Amino acid sequence: MAWTRDDLARIAARELRDGFYVNLGIGIPTLVANYIPAGMDVTLQSENGMLGMGPFPMPDEVDPDLINAGKQTITELDRTSYFSSADSFAMIRGGHIDLSILGAMEVSETGDLANWMVPGKLVKGMGGAMDLVAGVKRCVVTMDHTDKAGNSKLLKSCTLPLTGKACVHRIITNLGVFDVVPGGLKPMELAPGVTQDEVKTKTEARLV
Amino acid sequence: MKKIYPDAETALDGLLFDGMTVMSGGFGLCGIPEKLIAALVASGAKGMTVISNNAGIDDFGLGLLLQTRQIKKMISSYVGENATFERQYLAGELELEFNPQGTLAERIRAGGAGIPGFYTKTGVGTLIAEGKEHKEFDGQIFILERGLKSDLSIVKAWKGDAQGNLVFRKTARNFNPMMATAGKITVAEVEELVPVGSLPPDSIHTPGIFVQRIVEGAAYEKRIEKRTVRETA
Repeated sequence: MAWTRDDLARIAARELRDGFYVNLGIGIPTLVANYIPAGMDVTLQSENGMLGMGPFPMPDEVDPDLINAGKQTITELDRTSYFSSADSFAMIRGGHIDLSILGAMEVSETGDLANWMVPGKLVKGMGGAMDLVAGVKRCVVTMDHTDKAGNSKLLKSCTLPLTGKACVHRIITNLGVFDVVPGGLKPMELAPGVTQDEVKTKTEARLV
Repeated sequence: MKKIYPDAETALDGLLFDGMTVMSGGFGLCGIPEKLIAALVASGAKGMTVISNNAGIDDFGLGLLLQTRQIKKMISSYVGENATFERQYLAGELELEFNPQGTLAERIRAGGAGIPGFYTKTGVGTLIAEGKEHKEFDGQIFILERGLKSDLSIVKAWKGDAQGNLVFRKTARNFNPMMATAGKITVAEVEELVPVGSLPPDSIHTPGIFVQRIVEGAAYEKRIEKRTVRETA
């Protein structure tokens, strides 16, 4: 049985290490915060200018001056610091963030990532994603393995405008975990009940 | 020099012209200069190029200036929360220059610091890099990005004084400090004007040299885009 959104977040949380500074993208990556192992010291960065992001507020704690990069209201912790967008991206671009977990529309077999626009259709923008994939030490993607029509989103090369070239280290899809290695994508683990044949059928990228 | 103005419209008096470039602080609706945006709408100035991380939502923030079609071009990193924007852009009525968020922040920082350009690895191999100078440093490829300046920067702070010193609050800081440095003229609106000497000098985020005019706003709406709460502690 394919993994759910929460499964993907739980599996992505295995990427966390004690002492890590981590940036989580919008959507499934945000859920990874729910699976930080007890006792592990992980500091979450929000690129709009905050280090040490706390949980969502109780209804009476909501503060319009305190949001995350997804524009959701959040809270601060004892360790929290605030800073400008320029300082925030000095952390990101300067290689000070250990791990970025983000979503994707397409990933190629060489680790190219596309997640910011569909020409002529969808105009949203890259936000901080291009800076993150260019600057952080490790980049992990969570995504659906196929689109709604069943077409592979793990491709030989991306069809959409790129967010970054050869920047993805690991892909976690609803079907399995895949590492970007020389020559293609290497299955590291499959979701329960998912067969190698099913993965082969649903993957355009070269599997090694 | 007297920097304090009685209201937002007076604070923009004599500064506006058609086709001007305006930087507007904020991330989403957090830390936006809502009183000065309203004054820009009331002024009727047209053909503006607006540099701001986002474009507001349909009926608040910079979305108000889009509705009145006073904006010719936006330079932003993310505009996904505004249907008016998307409609005007896809209809070819609005120019758009997407910048990666960190590149946008650094372009503004550089502009204000007298740095005409800098090299970054952000965007190498993407549409963003097309037409830009590429240069290798230490075995890695970087692209040249230019510093940005504005005719007018409008910023929002929590507290300020008659010298123009500013203190921001929590994540409402975002792009405001860099934009304050990059305006030919910077106008700041604050929630509270405090007596000179009451802001601890070690805690001032934007020194008054970057702020030419300051106005105290009243009754801030501070609209929340995505109110998200938990029910149990």
